[in-house]
Amino acid sequence: MHRSRAKRTLLTTLALVLAFAWAFPVYWMLNSAFLPNVVLQSATPTFLPFGGSFDNLVSVATDGSFGQALTISLIVTITTVVAAIMIAFLGALAISRFRFRGRGSFVLALLLIQMLPAEGLFIAQYKMMSSLGLLNQAIGLAVLYTAAVVPFTIWMLRGFVAGVPADLEEAAMVDGLSRTRAFLKITFPLLAPGLVASAVYAFLQAWNEFTVALVIMTEEQSRTLPLWLRGFVQASASRETDWGQVMAASTLVAVPVIIFFLVVQGRMSSGLVGGAVKG
Amino acid sequence: MTTGTTTAPTAPSAAPPQHANRKRTNRLPLILIVPALVLLVAALGYPIGWQVVTSFREYGLLQQFGAPAPFVGLDNYVELVTDPYMWTVVVRSIVFCIVTAVVTVAIGGAMAVLMNALTTWPRVVLQVALLLAWAMPVVAAMTVWIWIVDWRRGLLNWALVRLGVDGAEGHNWLAEPLSFFVVASVIIVWMSVPFVALSIYAGLTQVSTEVLEAAELDGATGIQRLRHIIVPIIAPVLSIVMLLQLIWDLRVFTQIKLLQDAGGVTNETNLLGTYVYQLGTGKGDFGTASAVSILILVLTIALSGYYVRSLMKEDV
Repeated sequence: MHRSRAKRTLLTTLALVLAFAWAFPVYWMLNSAFLPNVVLQSATPTFLPFGGSFDNLVSVATDGSFGQALTISLIVTITTVVAAIMIAFLGALAISRFRFRGRGSFVLALLLIQMLPAEGLFIAQYKMMSSLGLLNQAIGLAVLYTAAVVPFTIWMLRGFVAGVPADLEEAAMVDGLSRTRAFLKITFPLLAPGLVASAVYAFLQAWNEFTVALVIMTEEQSRTLPLWLRGFVQASASRETDWGQVMAASTLVAVPVIIFFLVVQGRMSSGLVGGAVKG
Repeated sequence: MTTGTTTAPTAPSAAPPQHANRKRTNRLPLILIVPALVLLVAALGYPIGWQVVTSFREYGLLQQFGAPAPFVGLDNYVELVTDPYMWTVVVRSIVFCIVTAVVTVAIGGAMAVLMNALTTWPRVVLQVALLLAWAMPVVAAMTVWIWIVDWRRGLLNWALVRLGVDGAEGHNWLAEPLSFFVVASVIIVWMSVPFVALSIYAGLTQVSTEVLEAAELDGATGIQRLRHIIVPIIAPVLSIVMLLQLIWDLRVFTQIKLLQDAGGVTNETNLLGTYVYQLGTGKGDFGTASAVSILILVLTIALSGYYVRSLMKEDV
């Protein structure tokens, strides 16, 4: 009895130490964002943001370049999410509701494509976009992002579509609804969670993506937020990095995503290894 | 728009319903996948094709300004295979990938076992901490880590000096390739462990407590239960998580690139991704860059085979 309590205390302590290690960098970013550079440049680190202020955050957020990058990121991300959901939804309907010739190869191709790394494609994508005159255009980046997320989105939605029994739709049709109306009234509402989960996936991918954006968006005024953050760090480094400002910039990029992620998690994580868990 | 309602009543009398239905199912799915196919062929298929073709061409700066790009057969590949630097990058990438993936899965797995043994509140605290780290956008996370390892005012050096480590004062961890990669590896492990730990934990919760209790009654020790019951049950998750880590760590780009920005020597710290970037956008040598890209794609597809097959099994 006594031993098991000691063991439990030990495990709890270990868990808290690990939790601290994993949460600390996030905390450190927030803490530094509130502190003026004078404090950050002193020989001893300041661990609590007492006496801190929103000055860094305000000055970074009101700097024109942040607004510009935010706008581009929003355009690219929203276009990607809307396009990916529509295209993927049709694709998911096809593979979950119908058996057709070539279905197997289509699914196989989707799964393989989903694994392709941007690092193995960006040179050719750069070349293609440059010959189409789409470098530095939000639409060009959005097309590449949509193509990158569609395969996995189809795969994810397929499960949700398959989860809504076709009988239900047919029953509604027997009751006199047209195929379209049966679909809109019955199937669509049941699919909402799946569509939300896919939209979240597409959103996070497009919002955080760095590699392709770095290659395609070469001009300063067409930067997305991740590129803007990198540029901000570099600009600051050229004159004694102002870490308070840099961490404020980082916070502005990260906090909305973290909140969003924490709210919608759960639905997402099971997708990747779901099949493996079920065996 | 209204055709659906007007034709519907007449359709059943016109043809046997089954036949009409089958005809419909034959064409409709193909129409449904057209948008996806067009997009994927245009945005991924075409670049891959271009890359394959270009990898057999001489395509340097001259060609970018309009000079014809002659076919040179396997020259680009021969050049790569005989270039010792390429081998350095390949070996470095593979070693980095394996070390980082193994460490990630080991720590993630240990954490999952720990979570399984914890009471509720410490487990929730640990899970929330993991989610926080997982949710951090890569570029934001990199920025914080670079601030932590900053040679002048970074927390790491301050802590090391406090612990009495000689020479930590003002030490630049990114200047030496070895410590550069250790830093990169630590950051990537920090980023990847949440996914691994939570996935394996989800697998562990599938292990029935009744079976474990029965084994305990039959006298199986903790280690025996782990080896003969728990590991076999979570083996599929473990292998898939391991594989995904290998694939993801082979293609690391963002982390390496940003650490190079922060002070790493590019030539000494290139992995495959950053090497392609340097060849393509830095030197303008698209022919060689394409050949290296093809190598990355082939390696990834070879590694993905098992994962894709296990996903296909799920597709009924």
